[in-house]
Amino acid sequence: MTHKIQMTVNGVKQQAQVEPRMLLAHFLRETLRLTGTNLACDTSQCGACTVLVNGISTKSCTMFAVQAEGREVTTIEGLAKNGELHPLQQGFWEKHGLQCGFCTPGMIMAAYDLLQHNSHPSEIEIRRGLEGNLCRCTGYQNIVSAVQYAAERMGR
Amino acid sequence: MSNRVFGSAIKRREDPRLITGEAKYLEDIQLPGMLHAAILRSQYAHAKIKSINTAKAAKHPGVIAVFTGQDFKDLPALPCAWQAEAGRIPNYVNTPRVLESDRVTFTGAGIAVVVAEDRYVAEDALALIEVKCEPLKTVVDAEKATQAGAPQLHENAANNICMDWSCGNRESTDQALRDAEVVIQQRLINQRLLPTPMETRGCIAQYNPASEEFTVWMTSQDPHIMRLLMTAFVFSIPETKMRVIAPQVGGGFGTKIFLYPEYCLMAALAKRIGRPVKWMETRQENYVATTHGRDHITDIEVGARRDGKVTALKVKTYANLGGILSTIAPGVPTTLYGRLLSGAYKIPNIYCNVLGVYTNTGMVDAYRGAGRPEATYVVERAMDLVARELNMDPAELRRKNFIQPQDFPYDPVGILAGLKYDNGDYEKTLNKALEIVNYKNFRHEQAEARKQGRYLGLGLSSYIEICGAAPSSWIGLTGQGWGAAMWESANVRVHLTGKVVVTIGTQSHGQGHETTVAQIVAEELGVPIDDVIVQLGDTLGTPFGYGTYASRSAAVGGVAVYNSVKKIKEKAAKLAAHLLEAAPEDMVYEDGKVYVKGSPSKAKTIQEIAGAAALAYNLPQGMEPFLDDITYYDPPNCTYPFGTHVCVVELDKDTGATKILRYIAVDDVGRVINPMIVDGQVHGGVVQGIGQALWEGAVYDDNGQLVTGSLMDYAIPKADFFPMLELARTETPSPVNPLGVKGVGEAGTIASTPAVVNAVVDALSPFGIKHLDMPLTSEKVWRVMRKT
Repeated sequence: MTHKIQMTVNGVKQQAQVEPRMLLAHFLRETLRLTGTNLACDTSQCGACTVLVNGISTKSCTMFAVQAEGREVTTIEGLAKNGELHPLQQGFWEKHGLQCGFCTPGMIMAAYDLLQHNSHPSEIEIRRGLEGNLCRCTGYQNIVSAVQYAAERMGR
Repeated sequence: MSNRVFGSAIKRREDPRLITGEAKYLEDIQLPGMLHAAILRSQYAHAKIKSINTAKAAKHPGVIAVFTGQDFKDLPALPCAWQAEAGRIPNYVNTPRVLESDRVTFTGAGIAVVVAEDRYVAEDALALIEVKCEPLKTVVDAEKATQAGAPQLHENAANNICMDWSCGNRESTDQALRDAEVVIQQRLINQRLLPTPMETRGCIAQYNPASEEFTVWMTSQDPHIMRLLMTAFVFSIPETKMRVIAPQVGGGFGTKIFLYPEYCLMAALAKRIGRPVKWMETRQENYVATTHGRDHITDIEVGARRDGKVTALKVKTYANLGGILSTIAPGVPTTLYGRLLSGAYKIPNIYCNVLGVYTNTGMVDAYRGAGRPEATYVVERAMDLVARELNMDPAELRRKNFIQPQDFPYDPVGILAGLKYDNGDYEKTLNKALEIVNYKNFRHEQAEARKQGRYLGLGLSSYIEICGAAPSSWIGLTGQGWGAAMWESANVRVHLTGKVVVTIGTQSHGQGHETTVAQIVAEELGVPIDDVIVQLGDTLGTPFGYGTYASRSAAVGGVAVYNSVKKIKEKAAKLAAHLLEAAPEDMVYEDGKVYVKGSPSKAKTIQEIAGAAALAYNLPQGMEPFLDDITYYDPPNCTYPFGTHVCVVELDKDTGATKILRYIAVDDVGRVINPMIVDGQVHGGVVQGIGQALWEGAVYDDNGQLVTGSLMDYAIPKADFFPMLELARTETPSPVNPLGVKGVGEAGTIASTPAVVNAVVDALSPFGIKHLDMPLTSEKVWRVMRKT
């Protein structure tokens, strides 16, 4: 028993036959081979799998692929435009906002949503805005700096 | 060293692939025809396996095969590669098998495997396997496990004791305690932790029947060691028959050092089935089947004079090793723990006894810091306990006991088994930290706050670390490590075009080796950093190395790289002398150029020399073509970073919550290759250590079920738990190696835990509290404040 689904991922129309129980995360990773979105827990705590669904940050492990029918999905692979890194990607690189990098795609997508709603967040607003995303390497300090860097560049 | 690449905050070269989603972690690798494995794990913590019926699972559509431990009886139990002082004291070793077939000693032990076309199908089929077990009595507490009447986990380990290890001088310590003006006794629980790298473990194995060769991709910190252990001790094949590749690795914190049953299982399955097989751990599997950290029950006795001089430290520790031994489990609570118990202080009498104990819990092994955080916790809590007893300022007490700069090289009364601390100025880091926090002012502020019913606390931790695990002679002769060696390797080749390819035996899993190693080469060789390519993580194409752990990649591996570059420079100078028709002894190597002393205008660049060496039509007699050098570097000593951390907290009287107001870390890690990366290591380490102090704790119930078995129940720190950490450094180059580096990977975790606990206990001092065991959760603190 499979369902036919259609959605736009990183600006490209995609369609596929999927099992109804297939998670959006697995659809992105295994069907579309967009492996930048990582999975790091089984319980929707860590946020490594965060993507944008219709512009809103969403943990793609808590959504079935069939639920994304007709939606627009953006993953880390869709963030850089015309070969130029998004200011958030630049910020994470500049400020050493990553070490092992496993949480980074989800962290960047969550920060993207945060900056959409608050273009000049304070330090504590950034920390609270990212509390649904876990990082075990950086102690979050340089992630905060990376988001501040991006906010400043995007605000210009 | 003039163009200052070494020491610069250069952006990481590995980042572009990581911030765009292009990096390939293990789970991102797909091979043609690849199958997926899912592992059935024991629900019981202690049981005899009566029968496992796999018939229904095997018939499930999409399932290729189902196996149990009976199918792999030909493979031996995994090796325990580091026994506590092997050959000197008995270690009653019990290690996992590829799948357990007779008995299990912890929940999560693998007992069957399903291999299927798809991971969803494999997981579905697990539910169809029927297992009959005879549950046995369980024990999860290491002290209780040694007592009469406790269930016995292994036939060879009476009273569940794996090893009974000690260091130091018992008689002198007992005497010093009898003579001491004050003696303090305290039990300290260093609770079990779940290391939680964001990427769980995984493995893909492929077998080529024509060449009889395995290729195994795994989430590893040390692919060469994995290959050695798997080929020599499990499969009994030459190491040339296996290639191990660690792809992009998403954090390890120690857990990815070890050889686990699943890696051997995947290799065995790939051979048996004839197709590549992949297994990727779920987080819940990670929590039961990957190694845990810490878990000590420790009783200390500290003796001191009334003037604050500590005269004796006696330590007895029950170290919980879990139901079965992980790869280096006995080494962690012994060499890496007991030998560090002098900390930053001159303590004239030390004795430590450790019982390594089997219990019906998950395997315990090295977790960031590995033994050294546990030791530092003992020493730094002891210092505060003595200060409190004597009503002395804890900073003053530390000053009175510090090893002084003129005391180096310092032998901590023999407990380091022949090694000596390299160098340091411990008081300098304490002074700097106190200056930043404005200590005097804080004590005043604290007193004022107490009058208003607000509870502020300040905690200190002046730590030392042992980094750069090596001296093979020390390891081999005194049984302090695995096997008989722990040197490190590097191969540096300058190609025809002047591009430099460096291959190393260590393996980055977030530390940024591709950047820092290139910095060492670019600086010393005088080439642009973009011309240096660093390759690692694949046994094919890198020299044998012991891997990345114990903060050794810079202090051991980095020096191997440096030494190779030096040898290449010497050869380049000889060749340049030949090309310039000059005497080799007159040559000067500077900024990537070689010239005759006094004639810098007629220089040959390293690129020109590399070209000449590769084309090789005009070489001096006897010189081999190509600039290519390999180094196996074995340092004469470990390195000993140090520092002082200060934590300032405020406790919420209504909720018991601890708020971190300030956190100051003053570290001395020797010379710094990349300050941005060093700061990042400190940030991450400090936050992990604070996690232990305040929130984290793996909890087993009496039946051996892990109660904190997912990220819903296990509290790792989040972004909004912290203020910005304040970092500072002093720099004391290590005399042990020519780079002067000491290592930084674990410093934050080692230092921060006692600093936070000392701060909370300080805040609670008006309530008469002298000690509280971690984690210092809101509930625990609230109960204390409420009771009194």
